[in-house]
Amino acid sequence: MSETTEIRWHGRGGQGTVTAAKVLADACLSGGRHVQAFPEYGPERAGAPLRAYNRISAKELRMHCPVLNPDIVSVVDATLLDSINIAEGSKENTVFIINTTKDPKEVRQKLKASDKQRVVTVDATKIAIDCFGRALPNSPMLGALCKVTGLISLDHLLEDVRKSFGKKFSQKVIDGNLDATRRGYEEVHEG
Amino acid sequence: MAKVVAVTGNEAVANALRQVNPDVCGIYPITPQTDMMQRYASFISDGKVDTEAVLVESEHSSMSACIGASAAGGRVVTATSSQGLALMWEMLHIAAGDRLPIIMPVVNRALSAPLNIHGDHSDAMGARDTGWIQIWSENGQEAYDNTIQAFRIGEHMDIRLPVMVCMDGFIISHSIERMEYLDDPEVKNFVGPFKNLYPLLDLDKPKSYGPLILTDLYHEYKRAQHEVMLKTKDVVLEVAKDFEKLSGRKYGLFESYRLEDADIALVILNSAAGTSKDVIDEFRGKGIKAGLLKPRLFRPFPYEEVAEALKNTKAVCVMDRSDSFGGYGPLFMEISSALYQLKQKPALINKIYGLGGRDYLPSHAEEVLQELHEIAQGGKLKIIKEYIGVRE
Amino acid sequence: MKQKGWKDLVPGSVILEGGSAARFKTGSWRAYRPVWKEENCIQCLFCWIYCPDMSVKVKDGKRGEFDYDYCKGCGICALECPGKKGNKAIVMEEEGT
Repeated sequence: MSETTEIRWHGRGGQGTVTAAKVLADACLSGGRHVQAFPEYGPERAGAPLRAYNRISAKELRMHCPVLNPDIVSVVDATLLDSINIAEGSKENTVFIINTTKDPKEVRQKLKASDKQRVVTVDATKIAIDCFGRALPNSPMLGALCKVTGLISLDHLLEDVRKSFGKKFSQKVIDGNLDATRRGYEEVHEG
Repeated sequence: MAKVVAVTGNEAVANALRQVNPDVCGIYPITPQTDMMQRYASFISDGKVDTEAVLVESEHSSMSACIGASAAGGRVVTATSSQGLALMWEMLHIAAGDRLPIIMPVVNRALSAPLNIHGDHSDAMGARDTGWIQIWSENGQEAYDNTIQAFRIGEHMDIRLPVMVCMDGFIISHSIERMEYLDDPEVKNFVGPFKNLYPLLDLDKPKSYGPLILTDLYHEYKRAQHEVMLKTKDVVLEVAKDFEKLSGRKYGLFESYRLEDADIALVILNSAAGTSKDVIDEFRGKGIKAGLLKPRLFRPFPYEEVAEALKNTKAVCVMDRSDSFGGYGPLFMEISSALYQLKQKPALINKIYGLGGRDYLPSHAEEVLQELHEIAQGGKLKIIKEYIGVRE
Repeated sequence: MKQKGWKDLVPGSVILEGGSAARFKTGSWRAYRPVWKEENCIQCLFCWIYCPDMSVKVKDGKRGEFDYDYCKGCGICALECPGKKGNKAIVMEEEGT
């Protein structure tokens, strides 16, 4: 992977996609890395498709524009695969991480991904419902992203999820999210 | 010791204000600044600062409250954006004319109509002639650093002027980036205790603000105001030097990026300068001597210094993220004025980009640098003012 | 008097002394002067109430002479004065006569 990792998130308002990008940025601060996390700005509307972005780099990040050629595309809501082109601007070795119940091979076909592009799936919504009873797939998606990219260790990510969620939520919700993050890490399928 | 964090521009500036702990803060919400004052209001209610919050019914009132509090003898802050800054307009002149060192972060946003909440520089450019010092910031780190330095500059006994610290709405105000915070005692010590000049609340020495001055002295007062602005440059540099000792981060009147031997150069404010720098590196990689000048101090404008920095270039493009309809972009007019005094001038063009938050992309910088390269190679200068990233 | 140059001014046009307006003797604007006729005065103090400036001096509840430093000769006091038995206690006289 090049010295800067660029990530594009696709989600819908209310799924915690922007929060996921923020948690990731915070977690990647370690080791003196430079980070960026920013949503595609505008009025926030529950259910509306949105994009969020991360840049993570060993050198200073000066670019202040959306990620156009992502190294990683993280799709928090699989229904978006039918409505928008999530592969837009992808590189020859872009990794797609998709929250879906479908088989990764099926998704690969749908995306018309090339051989060098990786397609990874995780049933993040089911994991979220199992772990804390709500369809908020952001923490398992973070777990999956952590596994696939190796940007940070799982322990480090868990610590950051604990910190970020700890400001707002009860112990039960925090524990559920930690479980969900761990399961997202463990339950990725590649095809 | 510095603390490394990943925060938004708004959060960073709110934190700078917390570290300074001013006496009074005028608060009125407006996107994209709202989040900054909301955070500051939390600091107040959590007892982290002992600032008196004045919750007002408009930005005009906010600036009025700030003027009163500052004349009374307090260290005073507020923050705004866009229509809010526009609504303050008449009071901005009074703050400057009364020589009140109010510090105001401005989160740059487009002006209506049509209604738009995104980042461009129309708001602060409209406040160009209000007599405020204007300092512009590329990213959250610069906005934080500039906010801290603004107190030292505005409150300097030879200056006593209000200061706007500008950063791009959303692109910086709402983006999380890595940056370094100074420690609270370091900031407190750097800024120092607030010193009064003519406080109204010194009841043993009664005084009046805002007298009627007619043809007999008004002209003289305005001449004196210009003189203070001329002194400001030195104070900005002196404060920057002290700040560098504290933080290790270097600031000047403007930033020169790979400009020393440049044949072609961009002049560009705020966040788009960062994007441009990456593209300039690419052009350098191709053997094209490209550079960039990013103004920091826009009022007072350092004409001689800018002319000196650009004098060896062959072609320069001034990039404006605001417009003067029927005129050139406001930054272009400054650069043009600066370069006119040179015997040998570079070719000069003006591009209007990014209005109402339209993305400024690396491809835009490439396009402009390519055009400059052709002009520098002896190509013809086709059109002076043009819009980029616009659909036909 | 030499007028101040731009280098001589107080920053922010702040006036650094209280009550300095007292030094601005607006009485020089007057074309007609009110003259108090004590023999016709019933001490109703209407003149003191109506004076738009503070040019009617009152001591121990009784009016005395006008303060001509600030009286601009508007004549309101003379108009309002009820006088005594049809004779006004304040009459306006042309300045310089």
